[in-house]
Amino acid sequence: MGKWTRRAFLTAGVVAGGGLVVGVSLRPGNVAHDIAGTIEGEGETLVHAYVKIDADNVVTAMVPHSEMGQGAQTALAQMLAEELDADWNLVRFEEAPAIKEYGSYTAGRGYLFKGINFPDVVVPSVDGFMMKVAEGLQMQITGGSMSIRVTGQYGMRVAGAATREMLVNAAADAWGVPAAQISTENSRLYHKASNKEATYAEFAEAAASMTPSYTPKLKDASEFKIIGESKPRHDIPAKVNGTAMFAMDVKRPGMVYATVQRSPVFGGRVVSVDDKAARAIDGVIEVIQLPQASRSGMVGNFSTSGSVAVVADSYYTAQQGLKALKIEWGGEGNESVSSESIFEQFDRDITAGVDRQSDMSEGDVEMVFASAAKNLVADYTVPYLAHTCMEPLNATVEIKDGKADVWVGCQNPLGFRHAVADATGIDVEMVTLHNQLMGGGFGRKAISDCTIQAAQIAKAVGKPVQLVWSREEDVRQDFYRPAVQSRFRAALNDAGELLAWQNTYVDKHEPIEAPLIPYAVSSKDIGHVSSPTHVPFGAWRSVDHSQHGFFTESFIDEVAVAAGKDAYEYRAALLKDKPRHLAVLKKVADESNWQQPLGEGRGRGISLQESFGSIVAQVVEVTVTDGEVAVDRVVAAIDAGQAVSPDGVKAQIESGIVYGLTAALYGEITIEQGAVVQSNFHDYQAVRMSETPVIETHVINSGEDIGGAGEPGTPGIAPALTNAIYDATGTRVRGLPLNRFDLDFRIEETEAVG
Amino acid sequence: MAKFVINGEAQEVDVDPSTPLLWVIREKLGMTGTKFGCGMAQCGACTIQIDGAAVRSCVMPVAAAEGRDITTIEGLAPDEETLHPLQAAWIEHQVPQCGYCQSGQLMSAAALLAENPNPSDEDIDRAMDGNICRCGMYGRIKAAIKTAANNNAKPLFHNALRKQEVNHG
Repeated sequence: MGKWTRRAFLTAGVVAGGGLVVGVSLRPGNVAHDIAGTIEGEGETLVHAYVKIDADNVVTAMVPHSEMGQGAQTALAQMLAEELDADWNLVRFEEAPAIKEYGSYTAGRGYLFKGINFPDVVVPSVDGFMMKVAEGLQMQITGGSMSIRVTGQYGMRVAGAATREMLVNAAADAWGVPAAQISTENSRLYHKASNKEATYAEFAEAAASMTPSYTPKLKDASEFKIIGESKPRHDIPAKVNGTAMFAMDVKRPGMVYATVQRSPVFGGRVVSVDDKAARAIDGVIEVIQLPQASRSGMVGNFSTSGSVAVVADSYYTAQQGLKALKIEWGGEGNESVSSESIFEQFDRDITAGVDRQSDMSEGDVEMVFASAAKNLVADYTVPYLAHTCMEPLNATVEIKDGKADVWVGCQNPLGFRHAVADATGIDVEMVTLHNQLMGGGFGRKAISDCTIQAAQIAKAVGKPVQLVWSREEDVRQDFYRPAVQSRFRAALNDAGELLAWQNTYVDKHEPIEAPLIPYAVSSKDIGHVSSPTHVPFGAWRSVDHSQHGFFTESFIDEVAVAAGKDAYEYRAALLKDKPRHLAVLKKVADESNWQQPLGEGRGRGISLQESFGSIVAQVVEVTVTDGEVAVDRVVAAIDAGQAVSPDGVKAQIESGIVYGLTAALYGEITIEQGAVVQSNFHDYQAVRMSETPVIETHVINSGEDIGGAGEPGTPGIAPALTNAIYDATGTRVRGLPLNRFDLDFRIEETEAVG
Repeated sequence: MAKFVINGEAQEVDVDPSTPLLWVIREKLGMTGTKFGCGMAQCGACTIQIDGAAVRSCVMPVAAAEGRDITTIEGLAPDEETLHPLQAAWIEHQVPQCGYCQSGQLMSAAALLAENPNPSDEDIDRAMDGNICRCGMYGRIKAAIKTAANNNAKPLFHNALRKQEVNHG
């Protein structure tokens, strides 16, 4: 690959239908031949890595994020169309291929720099740096609620604006008029004074020879016409008639089916396999032992133990074959680990302060505790959680003539492509990844373990293979939301004012700010201890916020109670310097009629959590009857800066709330003898329609930086729910899930003590 | 050899009679709209209709379908130009997120409306509780079922929705 020059690329591009790649996505000097290969249509000109304008004036947004139901592809196209002044009816979508030019360098930048804003003038150099980082890490991530706030803000909008500027300049040259006199609307260029007008397509090729601006002028929010509109999602029609293609719907000529089992004890190994009975089943083709696999890197790193696969002429036969195997597993020393022993270890390590690292320290908490009128202590716990995407993990791999083709729905196509290359020994340039729609992702589909197994099997049998995990394997071989214990101490004065906040918990991951609180407290000491277990870690919708949202928003509620204050008013008083937080909290209190009393056995709880750049408050109403909790209503408010698609934001909040509610009511992966006890939806339950509350979501456009929507709905539901249960019953729930507790008993206990 | 009618067409398939109908439909007949979710009738992703009743195809042996009339998501709309009222309502309410459970949701809902054109909230809960949606779109599903129930008498062809499909599909 020689140094790319614009002219050489353009010349080649015109013949092959190519063009110029510019702006935020690639800098001159970057090799861009892979992207040129994606332009195939007659008369198409590639104006930008994220934009393509064809001869019919159709604008295609190249979207570098996967669709797992979050609707991000439609919203990203809205951001591009807004700045481009495109005709929305002529906008189409294409998911960017898994090639290195689409490495999420913008997403990577968001990930690395944690939302730090760079002045426009330094953006190009930051991008140049990040492009290298992204290539090095082989990332093309969908996760961290980053699509809109990072790719959208720094990618799509800038690309749209830069493209528009080039089109305007091309028209200005041709018409011999100043660019400033040219206006754009609905994918057309106008020079009103001379009555000239043209479509974008007419100047697309000329625009391709223009030098784009790295810092094109972006619109002010007051000028938005497409951003802020709830556009129908482009992926929905195919999802109501069965034609939407998920990876499991792929069928290749001569394809065989496989299913697998990995060591039930994490880190275990295969000691021996008796496959006589399995091989005797009509239709079983092969029984294969697969080596252990591991990947390292910033995103999706893992290590798994070995597994055994059965390959057959149908999936049902493969399942029968797997059941017929007699496998002896070695637990490698973890056979005695249980949830009980893990929580004992957490408690011990927190008490001992093993290798305690500080997240934040202000003031001298110990001095405050020594002299405070009232000290409050509490320990909270949450269990491991599986993701249980509706679509169990699967992947289809075909290896032929030194090339590999992979069909999978994943959150990191580029990383998966490299994983298959490494697993098969095939050069990464010879691996093509066809990313499909995901039947849920929630973090699980950022990890390539199942796809690596499929590649190993395809290589071994020499035929196209579709590997489908059973639901049982999906539940028992997940990468889990970690179980956590969190210990709190608070100091109050006689007036009930919060003087000190101390918090020590186990097991820190991402985002680092998850345990921090927005409330004004002069002395704070927040830190974590190391207490590793053999249970594999995975990012789970909202990651560390899913635990800490429950912990901190429950404990602040305890503090309010101890102070004898209203839970909303107490929080509000501590948010005087946080107007955005206060506005969201007030919105949810107003909309839920917070001050209006509820009847006997009913209660209301509130929560507030900032995550992924968005602030979400929730109020939950419950009815507790004979120890049974019914969740009646949830009122939520979100300030995500600017909602690109308000209905899309609402849908994500509704979704995040139900996902978190499932965890709060039922979610519990327990470990016994080193392995997961649960196996399917009968013992790892999900909330169903009859248990789902009415959810009202209020969207606030504060005009601040755009925040995420996919994850911020999840953290706040559990604390708002348990705070509501306290309001209804006087019982403080300090561990999840709720179905672990007999609330009737706890009510009596509280009464007896109190 | 198992014989049945599926989406109006007579089919004969040569498979082990214990094979769940789900895999026959997906692998042998190539209709992939019906999904695998749990394999034990817990999640409803595989819901089809047999003689008009909602059935979990992942636990029903093909032998049990002998001589019966099967409808899958591919056969829900009356023809290629027309949406079933539930499909139109699903688009109107922007119901699907990941979309994986939606074939099963629609087949359960269609069985409900065929039997009970004006279901109460409780009727809807009862009919739909066997269908899990991990994206949590239950509120929208319920609203869409009510819309479809109210729209039953109206023409099915939905011009705006077709246009959307052409432009963005």
